[in-house]
Amino acid sequence: MTAITATSSTISLAEQKERRRAMIYGLFFLGVAAAIFFLFVLNTNAELVSTFKLNPATKQKIVEIPPLKLPSRTTLIILGLLVAALGVYQMVRRFERVNLALGVVLLFFVAAFLVWATRGKSISLLGIFTFTVAAATPIGFAALSGVMCERSGVINIAIEGQMLAGAMLAVVGSSLTGNKYIGLAAAMLVGGVLGLVLAVLAIRFLVDQIIAGVAINIFSIGITSFISQRYLQPIPELNSGGVLPKIAIPGLSQIPLIGPVFFNQNMVVYLLFASVILIHFMLWYTRWGLRTRAVGEHPRAADTLGINVFKVRYINVIIGGMVAGVGGSYFTIGSVGRFDELLTAGKGFIGLAAMIFGRWTPLGAYAASLIFGFSDALQAKLQVLGQAQVPIPSEFLLITPYVVTMIVLAGVVGRTIPPAADGQPYVKE
Amino acid sequence: MTTPVLELRGITKRFPGVLANDHIDLTLEEQEIHALLGENGAGKSTLMNILYGLYSPDEGEIYIRGKRVEIQGPTDAIRQGIGMVHQHFMLVPVLTVTENVMLGEEVTRGLALDRKSVVRRIKEISDLHGLEVDPHAKVADLPVGVRQRVEIIKVLYRDANILILDEPTAVLTPQEADALFEILQSLREKGVSIIFISHKLREVLALADRVTVLRRGRVVGETRTQDADQAKLAEMMVGRAVKLTVEKKPPQVGEPVLTVRGLKVLDDRLQMTVNGVDFEVREGEVLGIAGVQGNGQTELVEALTGLRSVYEGQVLIDGKDLTAASPRDVTEAGVAHVPEDRQEDGLVLSFTVAENLVLNTYYRPPFAKGMSINYPIIYETGEKLIKEFDVRTPSSRVPVGNLSGGNQQKVIVAREFSRPIRLLIASQPTRGLDVGSIEYIHRRLLEKRDDGVAVLLVSAELDEIMGLSDRIAVMYRGKFTAVVDANDVSKEQVGLMMAGSSLEEALTQAPGPEAYEPEIVT
Repeated sequence: MTAITATSSTISLAEQKERRRAMIYGLFFLGVAAAIFFLFVLNTNAELVSTFKLNPATKQKIVEIPPLKLPSRTTLIILGLLVAALGVYQMVRRFERVNLALGVVLLFFVAAFLVWATRGKSISLLGIFTFTVAAATPIGFAALSGVMCERSGVINIAIEGQMLAGAMLAVVGSSLTGNKYIGLAAAMLVGGVLGLVLAVLAIRFLVDQIIAGVAINIFSIGITSFISQRYLQPIPELNSGGVLPKIAIPGLSQIPLIGPVFFNQNMVVYLLFASVILIHFMLWYTRWGLRTRAVGEHPRAADTLGINVFKVRYINVIIGGMVAGVGGSYFTIGSVGRFDELLTAGKGFIGLAAMIFGRWTPLGAYAASLIFGFSDALQAKLQVLGQAQVPIPSEFLLITPYVVTMIVLAGVVGRTIPPAADGQPYVKE
Repeated sequence: MTTPVLELRGITKRFPGVLANDHIDLTLEEQEIHALLGENGAGKSTLMNILYGLYSPDEGEIYIRGKRVEIQGPTDAIRQGIGMVHQHFMLVPVLTVTENVMLGEEVTRGLALDRKSVVRRIKEISDLHGLEVDPHAKVADLPVGVRQRVEIIKVLYRDANILILDEPTAVLTPQEADALFEILQSLREKGVSIIFISHKLREVLALADRVTVLRRGRVVGETRTQDADQAKLAEMMVGRAVKLTVEKKPPQVGEPVLTVRGLKVLDDRLQMTVNGVDFEVREGEVLGIAGVQGNGQTELVEALTGLRSVYEGQVLIDGKDLTAASPRDVTEAGVAHVPEDRQEDGLVLSFTVAENLVLNTYYRPPFAKGMSINYPIIYETGEKLIKEFDVRTPSSRVPVGNLSGGNQQKVIVAREFSRPIRLLIASQPTRGLDVGSIEYIHRRLLEKRDDGVAVLLVSAELDEIMGLSDRIAVMYRGKFTAVVDANDVSKEQVGLMMAGSSLEEALTQAPGPEAYEPEIVT
């Protein structure tokens, strides 16, 4: 072969790009460190202490953990230095897994923010975590619903609408019968029905799945708002389902920290834990799961092996709808006990973000839901601390979960690969 | 005489406007390898899809071991012991070999999948038939040849004794194809009857016991392969005598047109798919790039034509640096591109023939006047080119998607060849075309070469590379194994290099060009 050895000493374009990208990350890390110093360290007096309580407020018979007392300023300085060190390392040597480093940096920043916000005061860290699990519950159901549907190749953007309908039916069902578990079943049922509608539109009539989903959302918003105004507001007997009781699981709820956070919740939360584990098992260890994944990746291959692609998709989308419906019930009988218009507030969509962040796996999706739930809990607790302590207008705090969603989707997740046939209708030849 | 394993009687299948299968009769004897030969569009795949239950026939009957059967879907076919290896593999890339094999026929213990027992079955099958494969590997990580083995294991796992293979060698190197043939012969010894779809005469003669030839949906002949030769089969297949070789004048080589230095290109997954390639293509010669699909040819061509960014290295055309040029810069430098996927990258299927004919010149006079497009002139030019390049279309105003594959390719050729060019990059120019169209494209390509154009031909069809090239570069895992004069090597030697051998190994391990017989390029 003609040997033209053109060993160019100049760095290639792609390599240059990569270096610039690494630099930007490094600079960002340093910027975070600077923010910790200028926003937090300089605004904190040396003698202040941040106290984090780790015991439940209610007197339960569990092992007492002494509250965590941190000297605010010293802790902030340490956190700032750690982040700065990560930034310097990133600029000089580059992290191989830069997204992980970014996650750690953001974690430290959040920790610093908490330490600063509680300077001279005390806050219940346990309370934040308990609230996190609660707030993560509807998001987690939404994400699971997304996993169920998209693993089989159908995009379910109607989760928001399914949750909204579930929320309403849960409260109406439980008000009418006086049994909250019937309300729960009603929520599941209506979610399943809306799932069936999506399935028929998407699988049978090959309607664009996004458009079908949006249509269901609009329908659901319209009908629940109408019923709410027309019936639920004037007739309070229809809108007083009560709240599912907290059930402390014997044994598990006694574990310090973890017990009160995870095992002193209501039925809806436990249903979520069970669903996450069950769907994880089903997807990876059963015939149904294997067929679902095959159908979502390469429906024609499944078809040539005698698998009924349509049936698999119908089942998954209907179950997905039921899962979303149960998630909706959390908004009413799981927390406030009454239905208000649009009370799902976009949690269904945040659930889809959690599904992507969790790479279409049940466990990942739930972990991502906890992150979103945490941002929700954080803003709620900060409002309690008051303006003097955290001089940020409460309106801005309220948008935290949505900002976190955008940051996560745009930056932290990186490139994810959805099931190959996700969103594509299957047409037999 | 024994009852045939399989008998098709009077199978007829109509698609809108096409009679795909017209009263086809076919018999498959016990332990026979039966080839189904025909051009693209002759109805071979349709017939096999009917047999496998993917299509339902409009007329006709299917008998298995003398008993009439109804095959409504793949499940019925599988139950009757029919298994099919599709041309485009029906494997789920993200699943493991084991999961792919058991899919649809899962073994469970309680609720859970019993992967272990399936792994054991796979090991048994692969030991018995010499189908080596790692049951735990993810299919996406396997090379094409191994994926095909997985497909065969899938069929055997379902205890099939009638095996259908649809164009199984299209994606294989000659050596991989030989290995496949050995496997098929051993399967036949063990009692499997095989139907083998192909349009390659050499394979059919080498492997099959009997051959049925289809043309335009009809059986035009059936013969024992002992009694047939290439010329006879080709004539049956095409319907007229076919020229067996491409006639080629000696090349009049001039100055280098394309010079590539140290080129490195990343693929979509950021893998270094083209890993340091140096070559030039000179006026009046055809440089053929041989290689199994997926060794970087696609990315190389995309980088040369400005469709993919270059990671490192240099691309010069007539001495001008076009390394980071846009596709339009490349086009205007006098480069014609016949892309690998004509429907995806070569044409806008919903646009008319005439519009497609000016896709790379529409913005210039006479087709554009300021901001507006001059349609009368575009259609006038369209009509002219249609005549000149013999595109079979009702008019220049029909969507190009309505034309046959061969005529779509002619539209691309008409567009790219009708302007003054210096370099022609043709990627898989005859893939999926019938013999007539292939002859046409080859003739046009060589005309351009004789006019002094530099031609870079990328093809997975080794016969095509051997027939047209003046020099041959073999591409393997992103690098050129060798660039050699086409007269100095044999097809077998190039085949060995395609499979990863070095030039020295290939020259010593396979017979040289003296032993090479000209063959039909199909």
